[in-house]
Amino acid sequence: MNDETKKTIYRNMLRIRRFEEQIFEVYTGGLMHGLAHLYIGEEAVAVGVCSALRDDDYITSTHRGHGHCVAKGGNLDQMMAEVLGRVTGYCRGKGGSMHIADMSLGILGANGIVGGGFGIATGAALSAKLRKTDQVAVCFFGDGASNQGVFFEVMNTASIWDLPVVYVCENNQYGEYTATDSVTAGDTIADRAKPFGIPSSTIDGNDVVIVHETAAAAVAGAREGKGPTLIECMTYRHRGHHVGDPGDGYRSEEERQAWQDKDPITTFRARLVDEGIDAEDLDGIDAAVQEEVADAVESAAGAPYPDVEEATHHVFA
Amino acid sequence: MSSPEREITFGEAVKEAIATEMRRDELVILMGEDVGAAGSVFKILLGLHEEFGPDRVIDTPIAEAGYVGLGVGAALTGMRPIVDIMFGDFMALAMDQIVNQAAKLRYMSGGQATVPLTIRATMGAGRSSAAQHSQSLHAWASHIPGLKVVVPSTPADVLGLFPTAVRDDNPVLFFEDKMMYAVKGTAPETVDPIPFGVADVKREGSDVTLIATSSMVLVAFAAAETLADDGISCEIVDPRTMVPLDTDTLVQSASKTGHAVIIDEGCRSFGVGAELASVVYEGAFDYLDAPIVRLGAMDVPVPFTKPLEDATIPNETDVVRAVKEMLG
Repeated sequence: MNDETKKTIYRNMLRIRRFEEQIFEVYTGGLMHGLAHLYIGEEAVAVGVCSALRDDDYITSTHRGHGHCVAKGGNLDQMMAEVLGRVTGYCRGKGGSMHIADMSLGILGANGIVGGGFGIATGAALSAKLRKTDQVAVCFFGDGASNQGVFFEVMNTASIWDLPVVYVCENNQYGEYTATDSVTAGDTIADRAKPFGIPSSTIDGNDVVIVHETAAAAVAGAREGKGPTLIECMTYRHRGHHVGDPGDGYRSEEERQAWQDKDPITTFRARLVDEGIDAEDLDGIDAAVQEEVADAVESAAGAPYPDVEEATHHVFA
Repeated sequence: MSSPEREITFGEAVKEAIATEMRRDELVILMGEDVGAAGSVFKILLGLHEEFGPDRVIDTPIAEAGYVGLGVGAALTGMRPIVDIMFGDFMALAMDQIVNQAAKLRYMSGGQATVPLTIRATMGAGRSSAAQHSQSLHAWASHIPGLKVVVPSTPADVLGLFPTAVRDDNPVLFFEDKMMYAVKGTAPETVDPIPFGVADVKREGSDVTLIATSSMVLVAFAAAETLADDGISCEIVDPRTMVPLDTDTLVQSASKTGHAVIIDEGCRSFGVGAELASVVYEGAFDYLDAPIVRLGAMDVPVPFTKPLEDATIPNETDVVRAVKEMLG
């Protein structure tokens, strides 16, 4: 990985972090209707995986989906406008935080249903195979979704048909407010791929380099026709389930601090400085990102809501 | 529509319509349980697997949520899948994919996403198959914005409506009454696609309008013949598509006859018949000479044994009785 790639990865993780921090601000400031689920702490997964993808590859995302969208190249202005319900948003204000999509970037949508992306991503992989493109589909899902039945249905199908799909589990230790290990059988979620003959691994999801390298190998294999893989990324949700949840009470302070110490961005930054990248360069990246995000908030807050007639548009093509 | 007529069964029409669309467009694929070499559990698809091969006529695992979900994803990314739900009752296993994904992706994405997915599902009781293989669940789909719903009653309508479903850029539920697969009808050699939202006046009459869906159109015809012997003239209107619904034709017919009986095989309560009755009341109230009568399946799970099963479904006798009581 050369210095430019490292800086790009650093920048993209920061774009997610600063975007999500601003989401919390617009929520507490009363600018945003409804709720949003923050990705803070998990940035290495989205960026590590999406940096291994081509523009025409597909991803499906989750209710905690802002990070995936940013990492796949999503436009921050359109994202922020969508979260604020404005007509300039990706979905003209009709999807909101949980449904941001950009078909032109292969972002087949965040999804409000836990496990909602399994069928779509696997179907996109089938489509790529039948159309004889060499596109790959990545299905991001959480530890909670690994207990949905459709997960097993699509793994079975992807395996028998050798579909070019990579299942990326973000194991952030909690399904909403419930500790994953209290509701999930077996040692690892990666183990769940084994009976289907799907290669899988459990990795440090806070190490963006490990995530990138693991994903790159899986994506390359899928592109070559070697079929599906599953990557379980161990990570942590720094914030609560959503912006209105402080995230305490069901999680110990010790646990939270331990994961704060493994923050994917601060650890990567320290590594880059160790490897000789100028800290001032990295500060400059952060300053530019903060400006980009501030501009996104400003432009979104100034944008109009959709006209009421919009309610009846786009029900059908 | 001036080509010569031929005889064809409902099931043969389904196969012909699928084959025609698959020959026309290589992005059309057929997926489902036993649709391949077996030609479906109803045997109506025999030959498709040989003609189009296993890459386009695809046997899936018995996993409705999974393969309907794959259909949604494939439709979203350039394919035009036809997904087969062997018994419409099994829709229940795939409802998240149909209701929360397929139906809503276009709207939630602000018009970016297109989901040209055709879901074929059977409906209809009468085979002594009991409560999990006999339901008529078209009301479920009709209640969800974003889904189009087709309920053909004749082979000719299958041949005309199916291409419209496949070529539509929206998810379409195409309900086939399995009791009609062997029923013969006439159809032109070549059938032009029939647009959705156009009801068909299948028999003209002047005394009462029978609004019937799917196989209930056949019941309506049988009743109309009997009633004709008593000098009662029935008009039979087949909406053909629930969504979009041709309200004008229903209202015009009921306004003309002043009487309307609605016959649908879904359960009577909260069903399609309630919506059709409301549409007629709203549009034809001033012209009605009697309250509308709704005939539907009994509000019970479909029983297995034949005498009970038959009793739950509207039949010719029920329609004749309803019309005679209405006309006094």
